[in-house]
Amino acid sequence: MALTLKEIAKKQNRFVPGHRACPGCAAPIVLRHVLLAIDYPVVATCATGCMEVVSTIYPYTAWGCSFLHNAFENSAATCSGIESAYRALKKKGKIDKEIKFVAFGGDGGTYDIGLQSLSGAMERNHDMLYVCYDNEAYMNTGIQRSGATPRGASTNTAPAGKVIPGKPQANKDLTAIMVGHNIPYVAQAAVHNWKDLHQKVRKAIEKPGAAFINVFAPCYRGWRAKMDDSIELSRLAVSTCFWPLYEVEDGIYNLNHTPKEKLPISEYTKLQGRFKHLDAPENKGVLESLQNDVDVRWKRLVRRSEEDQAVEK
Amino acid sequence: MAEKIALTGNEAGALAFKHINPDVVGVYPITPQTELMHDVAKYVHDGDMDTELVTVESEHSAMSVCVGSSAGGARTMTATCGQGLALMWEIIYIASSYRLPIVMPVVNRALSAPINIHCDHSDSMGARDSGWIQLFCEDSQEIYDNMIMAIKIAENKDVLLPVMVCFDGFIISHTMQVLEVLDRETVSKFIGEYKPAYSVLDLDKPITVGGLDLPPFYFEHKRQQVEGMKKAEEVIDKVTKEYGELTGRNYGFYNGHQLEDAEIALVAMGSAAGTAKAAVDIARENGIKVGLMEPRVFRPFPEEKFASALENAKLTCVFDRSISFGNKGPLAIEIKSMAYDYELDVPIVNAIYGLGGRDITVEDFTGHINKLAEICKSGDIEHEPAYIGLRE
Repeated sequence: MALTLKEIAKKQNRFVPGHRACPGCAAPIVLRHVLLAIDYPVVATCATGCMEVVSTIYPYTAWGCSFLHNAFENSAATCSGIESAYRALKKKGKIDKEIKFVAFGGDGGTYDIGLQSLSGAMERNHDMLYVCYDNEAYMNTGIQRSGATPRGASTNTAPAGKVIPGKPQANKDLTAIMVGHNIPYVAQAAVHNWKDLHQKVRKAIEKPGAAFINVFAPCYRGWRAKMDDSIELSRLAVSTCFWPLYEVEDGIYNLNHTPKEKLPISEYTKLQGRFKHLDAPENKGVLESLQNDVDVRWKRLVRRSEEDQAVEK
Repeated sequence: MAEKIALTGNEAGALAFKHINPDVVGVYPITPQTELMHDVAKYVHDGDMDTELVTVESEHSAMSVCVGSSAGGARTMTATCGQGLALMWEIIYIASSYRLPIVMPVVNRALSAPINIHCDHSDSMGARDSGWIQLFCEDSQEIYDNMIMAIKIAENKDVLLPVMVCFDGFIISHTMQVLEVLDRETVSKFIGEYKPAYSVLDLDKPITVGGLDLPPFYFEHKRQQVEGMKKAEEVIDKVTKEYGELTGRNYGFYNGHQLEDAEIALVAMGSAAGTAKAAVDIARENGIKVGLMEPRVFRPFPEEKFASALENAKLTCVFDRSISFGNKGPLAIEIKSMAYDYELDVPIVNAIYGLGGRDITVEDFTGHINKLAEICKSGDIEHEPAYIGLRE
């Protein structure tokens, strides 16, 4: 089957309209396409957060497949429980169909409070896929900083104030942490590049064992951008090398996309109110630090990918 | 085929796991539950159980895995106590609210701080509002029996609630006792095949579990949970009678020891009840008409049955192995509340004992029975709890 939008559009949508996400939110696009990319029955879990609360307001649901929400920090553990039940029942001949298991979580429920549960599930190598939709803050509770919030960004718990200009710390590299779990498949994807996302999800699903995909999903509301900017912001995050598209399959790094021209991070930050204060001369150092974060990580990734790919050849 | 053997409480619990042979078990160690799970793991790894063991990274994940597994239609169990139960606290409420029939031994251990690995009831008492059925065991026999009955009670269509089977850490979990056990075939027949009320693995009936439930609906959903607990009392009665027919061991909602004509009624749960029985017998020889009511079922709280057990006493003393700080012992609080509702004309006093594994002896009990006998005569009812064995 060719991976075209036309073909994808023919498939049954398992995250249906009628949910209450903000217009312009990238996360529902991520959820919908992850499910469209999987040509199997799916059982999904989701951490408490934007996607969970907008999609399951009793008595309605946007989920076209079975769905279980447990708590905030345990989407991975919960999913691993369902997957364990599946294996147990399949072994006893009580289930004969092939079912795939996907755990969703925002960066809140994945990078921070959910990290332990995610780590355990990945270490146990359950046959499941964890998808993080990363909008770089605790958005559902009203825009508070998370471990995914980039340096300098203003949030309501680390605001751009008179004395402290936004978040002092750099963001966590969760994808690298997942690589450290030695699972079969780890990848970074982004909402604007649907083809790359579909390819990665398909690959993750076919590989037995644990898989993790970190998907960039802008929140215009929390980032103080324009409502229709989500896709453009995702493109810019990739072109500035802030959010590289790469995969690590069985420990082998592969950088999927190198921008023709690496744009300065200011091309990306200038569209977002959460970075507006970095224009001020006294905050020049912060923007430089943010650029440095990007550059150091990008160089390291390029080098690692070149090394691994050279060995592969 | 019944067999008489000697096992510790943990071993008896593990044997119950083996005979029940659940589909999925979440495993996380905590003293003094640990050896129970070691035995279960050995059974599984030796091929004596057909169970998927999920060796999680914390108790919070243990219960999260259990919720996922049980919602997937698998018969699911785990075990914990103390800090482990405290860590699970968020998720145990979710397990019961999702009406998942998870069965979990709780090897009663004191809650920190200070850290203490020994027995008291603060852990399960802290969970008494969680919507779990709570059964208390005195010895290895009761552990084995209650765990098997727990499966059938939990999975009953009118109940669909998880069950905690509580027994005293170290005192019972690590003490060798004689008990009679069944076998896998008999137990399987008794508990039957698990037919879940719903399953996220049922592809013919996709279901959303755990949606956002706003003010227009949450209250009604909770009221339904109340009904489950109410029905649990009838179902516990029914299952207990069936088990009695199977084994000849007939349990009730409580065990009464020399209670019928008792003027002084002691109320105590767990291992201390065994000690109390010996003290009751000694006191009786000395002419004190004392008896013991030993609750087996704490949740649902069987008010009517407990009321009829205590209505003829002249004085009741409730022994609590935990404190509800700011009030008194939780068992005493609930017994008093029941006494008020049922208009029992019996003064009720409270004694706190055994916190953090502090031993309570036959002499402690006989000493306190003598004090109670004096209170009975004088009528000087003290509402402040007495502290047994405390260095004041």
